[in-house]
Formats: sequence, C-alpha cells, structure tokens
Amino acid sequence: MLYSLIEGTITTLAVSSASVAAGVPLGLCLALLRLSRVPVLKQCIAAYVSLIRAMPTVTLALFIFFGVPSLGIPLSPFVAGLLTICINTSAFQSEIWRAAIADFPRNQVEAAAAFGMSRQQTFRRVVLPQVWRASLPALFNETTFIIKSSPAIAVIGVVDLTRAASRVSAYTYEPILPYLCAAAIYATVVFILVTAQRQIERRIVIKYGVL
Amino acid sequence: MIANFERALSMWPDFLLGLMNTIWLCAVTGVVALVLSIPLATVMRSRSTSLRKASQFVVDTIRSVPFLLLAYMVYYGLPAFGIRVDSITAGLATLIVYNTAYFAEIIRGAWSHLPPQQEETARAFCFTGTRLFVHIIGPQILIAAGPVLGNQMIQIIKDSAFLMVITIHELTFAANEIQTILFVPFETFIIAGLLYWVLCNSVEFGVSRLERFAEVRRAK
Repeated sequence: MLYSLIEGTITTLAVSSASVAAGVPLGLCLALLRLSRVPVLKQCIAAYVSLIRAMPTVTLALFIFFGVPSLGIPLSPFVAGLLTICINTSAFQSEIWRAAIADFPRNQVEAAAAFGMSRQQTFRRVVLPQVWRASLPALFNETTFIIKSSPAIAVIGVVDLTRAASRVSAYTYEPILPYLCAAAIYATVVFILVTAQRQIERRIVIKYGVL
Repeated sequence: MIANFERALSMWPDFLLGLMNTIWLCAVTGVVALVLSIPLATVMRSRSTSLRKASQFVVDTIRSVPFLLLAYMVYYGLPAFGIRVDSITAGLATLIVYNTAYFAEIIRGAWSHLPPQQEETARAFCFTGTRLFVHIIGPQILIAAGPVLGNQMIQIIKDSAFLMVITIHELTFAANEIQTILFVPFETFIIAGLLYWVLCNSVEFGVSRLERFAEVRRAK
C-alpha cells in the first residue's frame, strides 16, 4: 500500500515540477507577446489566456485526452496529463508576469533608454531581474495551486497520488485510511512549499530591501 | 469542423442541463459556505489559544488537500461509517466543507486588517455580539474581502468539474457524455470551455459591479 502511494506521490511531484519548469518560460513568452506591439496576435493570446484560465483543469484534461487524438495525433494518458497541467499553468503564469511587468516603474525604463539601452537590453538587464523577484511569491502560490489541481490528470487515467489512493482503497477494502495518508502527503508537500516561500521572501527582503 | 460543431450543438438540452446543475451547485455552495465561514472565522480569532490553533490547523489542512481527494473521502468514506448518501449530497457536502475553510481564511484575513479601534468604539456605543457583527464589522469585512471572495467563487465553479468523477451530472459530465455519443470530443469540450468562460466572467463582472455599488454607497 505504502509503495503505491509513494509511486503516486512521485508522479504528482514529477508532473507538477515539470509543468512549473516549462510554464515559467512559456508564461513569460505569452506575457511578452501580449505586451508586444503585434496587433492580431496580441488579442489572440489575450483570448487564449482568458479561456484557459476559466476552463476547469478536468475539462481541459478531457479536452486534450479525447480531443487531440481525434485530430489524428495519438497521446498517452501521461503525456496528455503533462500537457494539461503545462498549458493550464502557462496561462496563469503569463498573468503573473504580465501583472509584474505592468507594475514596473516607467521611470526606470526611461532612465535605461537615456543610457542608450535598446528595448531588449533594458528588458534583460533592468526589468527582468527585478520583475523576477517581484513575481516570486505569486509563482510559489501558483506551484501549490498546481499540486492541488493535479488530480485532474487522475480523471484521464494517470496514476497520481489521488488515483493511487483510490486504487489502494479499492483493493484493500480500506475506505478511509489510504485517502487520509494521501491527504497527509499533500498537506506535507504544501507545507514545505509555503515554508520555503517564506524563507526565500525573507532572504530577498534582507538582501535587496524590498521584494 | 463546422459540421461537427453543429452536431455537438444539436445536443444543447444536455449542455443546458449540465450548466444549470453546475450553476445551482455553485450558488448553493457559495451561500452556505459564506454563512458557515463567519462563525468559523470567529472561532479562528477567539481568545483561547488552543481553540485558535486547533481551528487554524483544521482550516489549513483542508485548504492544502486537493478537492478531488476530499470528494473521494466523503463519497467512499462516509458509507463506511454507516452514513449512506447519494452522489449529489456527497458532492454538495464536499464543496461546502472545502470552501467553508477557504472562505473562513479569507474572512479571518480581512478581519485582522480591520483597525481594532472600530470594534472598541462600537463596544463603547453598546454594540455587542450579533449586532456588533451585523452593523459594524460584517459589512466592512465583506467589502474588503469582496474581490477575493469573488475569485474563490470562480474557483468553486472550476472545482465543481471534479464532481463528474462521482457521477454528478454537471457541465463537464454532460460534455463527456455528449462526446462519447457523438465522437466529436474536440468541439464538445470547446463548447463546454466557452460556457465555463461565460460563467466565470459573469461572476467577475457581478463582483466588480457590487464593488462599485458599495463604493458609491460608502461615499455618500
């Protein structure tokens, strides 16, 4: 029983962390395209992000798992699950980046321009390092959020922690214990993330004075 | 593809039924959870340290567990204790318990940001107990927490999709049924997604209207 739960935990953590790792740069790209001056693409990205953010993760999972193969592209449940969480989080992370970039003080950008920096240089050397720190708390929130919405992939047959618990419960006839164990594991993971977030925020405040 | 959309849309009564079920489940949850969360938030702010810590621990634990896991626990766990419930009751109970914890934490947060002088002054004017909450504290907390409560309401709508797993006929369940009948999954789930989009944006719009209304009233 414990073995299945551990296996499920590993799947949950692997899918979540892979999605966060892919979602951060993807979200940044989406945010930059949305803030760019390309006319039609900008609106398309805004609509896409808005739709994905409003769609429940389960619905998105079923959409990808059944919808994509119907277009002739075969997908295993695991890949479909990974894609689901990845697409879901990249939309949310693009909003985090967009808010952080929109809040960035204009005068710094103007000062950089006065020093003769190009738009790319300004972004890389002035905006990104500061925006990165400012969006860190939101990024951690999003990570805990991903872990809590990851059971959506259990619905399409990926054996994550939630599905592992329901399987164990089905063949041991234990109605409540496996779920309690799984709940304890989820709570521990979230607790670790929240503690890490506090630590990192504190260090940033000590080192830079502000978040 | 257009033809497929037409085929999927020909099942509109099923979409509508699913949408209606999602709406009433979420609306009932929102109202009941908000009502229940106020006493819970009061306990979380009580003077007794042990009571405060215990309630905070329960709320934090519920908030850190995924909704689906809690739904499984209620749906499969309760019968083991001799409590037989149908899927709708189990689903609704799970939604309410889960979101009461969230709402309580939101209200506790808004409450702790309220200046203590407000309560002291009100007490000096003989406002106590329920009257103190209804006239002085409650309205201010609700206005301050409004946008966050609205976000949580959207989260309820999105969490309710998990209830398809315990065979509740909500929007995602309906869409899944339609796609198994018609074999047009791509179009069916896009329609479902758009319906969710409309639902979430209506909530957002409603909350922002309420906020404006509250601001205008307060300015007077």
